[in-house]
Amino acid sequence: MTGAVIEIQSLTKRFGGTTAVDDLSFRVEPGVVTGFLGPNGAGKTTTLRTLVGLVQPTSGSATFDGKRYVELEKPLHTVGTALEAASFHPGRTGRDHLRVVGAAASIPTARVDEVLAWVGLADAATRRVGGYSLGMRQRLGLAFALLGDPGVLVLDEPINGLDPEGIRWMRSFLRDLAAQGRTVLVSSHLLSEVQQTVDRLVIISHGRLVYEGTLDGLESGATARVHVDAADRDALARALTAAGGQVEVTDNGLHVSGLDADAVGVQALAAGVPLRLLIPEREGLENVFLELVGEGGIR
Amino acid sequence: MLRSIRSELLKTSTTRIWWILAIILFGYVGLTAAGMAALFTTIREQPDGAAIPAELVPPLVYSIATAVGYVFPLLFGALSSTTEFRHETLTPTFLATPRRPVVLVGKVVAGAVWGVVFALVGLAASVGLGALVLATTGQQTLLDSSDTWALLGRIVLAMLVWTIVGVGLGVLIPNQVAAIVIVLAFTQFVEPLLRLASSFWEWTARIGGFLPGAASDALVGSSIFTAFSGAAATEALEWWQGGLVLAGYAVLFLGIGALTTWRRDVT
Repeated sequence: MTGAVIEIQSLTKRFGGTTAVDDLSFRVEPGVVTGFLGPNGAGKTTTLRTLVGLVQPTSGSATFDGKRYVELEKPLHTVGTALEAASFHPGRTGRDHLRVVGAAASIPTARVDEVLAWVGLADAATRRVGGYSLGMRQRLGLAFALLGDPGVLVLDEPINGLDPEGIRWMRSFLRDLAAQGRTVLVSSHLLSEVQQTVDRLVIISHGRLVYEGTLDGLESGATARVHVDAADRDALARALTAAGGQVEVTDNGLHVSGLDADAVGVQALAAGVPLRLLIPEREGLENVFLELVGEGGIR
Repeated sequence: MLRSIRSELLKTSTTRIWWILAIILFGYVGLTAAGMAALFTTIREQPDGAAIPAELVPPLVYSIATAVGYVFPLLFGALSSTTEFRHETLTPTFLATPRRPVVLVGKVVAGAVWGVVFALVGLAASVGLGALVLATTGQQTLLDSSDTWALLGRIVLAMLVWTIVGVGLGVLIPNQVAAIVIVLAFTQFVEPLLRLASSFWEWTARIGGFLPGAASDALVGSSIFTAFSGAAATEALEWWQGGLVLAGYAVLFLGIGALTTWRRDVT
């Protein structure tokens, strides 16, 4: 299976005087999990809702292999969508909810039962959705997305509301879907939430693109530091400063920036200072993320 | 298109509202029809009771199904639309069928089917219980008359159109509470007053005939209200005209709704 390429081109959406999405362009390729990140209110949900035709863009376009959602011949078989505001009639059972949307796409009831079992809702299937927990609603939303066995999955904050076991399950599930060649786009407002799952990142802030690329690429933007320690800290600090490093002495050793771990080792050897510790460190990705989105903090 | 209709039928049959409304409809219409049948029987047994012709009674009793029952399909239709906005189920609906006019057509057709269901429930009550009372008290039931069956057919048609009017109203006024209040206030209070007021002069009566309830009575051709309000005399509309006027309301509501609320962003 090969999922369609998602292409967002110069997408702009204004609600009244507010610009929710501002000239946004990015691509999402099949075969990898792409994280769609940004603080709350950055325009993620608006972008996703525009992508699946629920919101009309002010200008620009959002397409799957060049086709707008409304032009897809079999939308549920092409794109599976789970949006944050999972919307179910509380008086309808989970199974009936899927049967209703399934009927609109000629999806048989057998498939409904299959996806319900898949997401672990087989037992709750005939209960009214009104009695579901947040985690169960998330799973039902995911079951809806999987209903048509689509090549593209668009999931808005899928990890929200899941318990730790559910989060682990979701992570391996997303990776499996991508490994099968599907296009997987997952939004989140927390980098740490998707860090272990995503291969590529699209980061937006105030409706604008601030980063598009691999997770490693984001990491390389982080300032590398080296944590090093020796019995004779003074001698080590002198040697490293002379070699051009910025050294910060703390209780647990020296934190060096401006030199990588190799250079630190070489300098220590040259200065004849035996090391007891040498660890390359990265400034937290989260910090890079926060700097990028320019919020100074995401709660 | 067929898939959308099937989805809409399943959508409305998988929640409780249809049978709740059907049960109330049956009880309300059944009691009223049986009561009316008994009342007419009593009146006709009075010395000057023959003033009411025997063949007038059964149509009046049977048409209770629409005369008091039309509010149920109307309400059902309105709820079937507003519930999508209220519970945000428009999101999965439009994801499955992104061409929104197709969804609306599906709703209208499913509404028509439900209209027939409500008509059958209403007739089971008005004809079933009404004719039972008439027969046991020795009155004519006229169930062997083709005119009676034509009347029943027009009742089915009226209930069908009323459901579609409701679907349109619900799209036009997506706020569920507002839609319910408007339906109840208009049908139970505003329109009866308007019809009464309009019956004072001939020219207003002609305008009054275009009110939805009046058009429905014209379509059915018999109503307990028009029979005694005197409006029947000035009622200008033929049955098919009444049907067209009622359908006009449905088309008007659906048209405006389709161009406004139905096209809005679903956020």
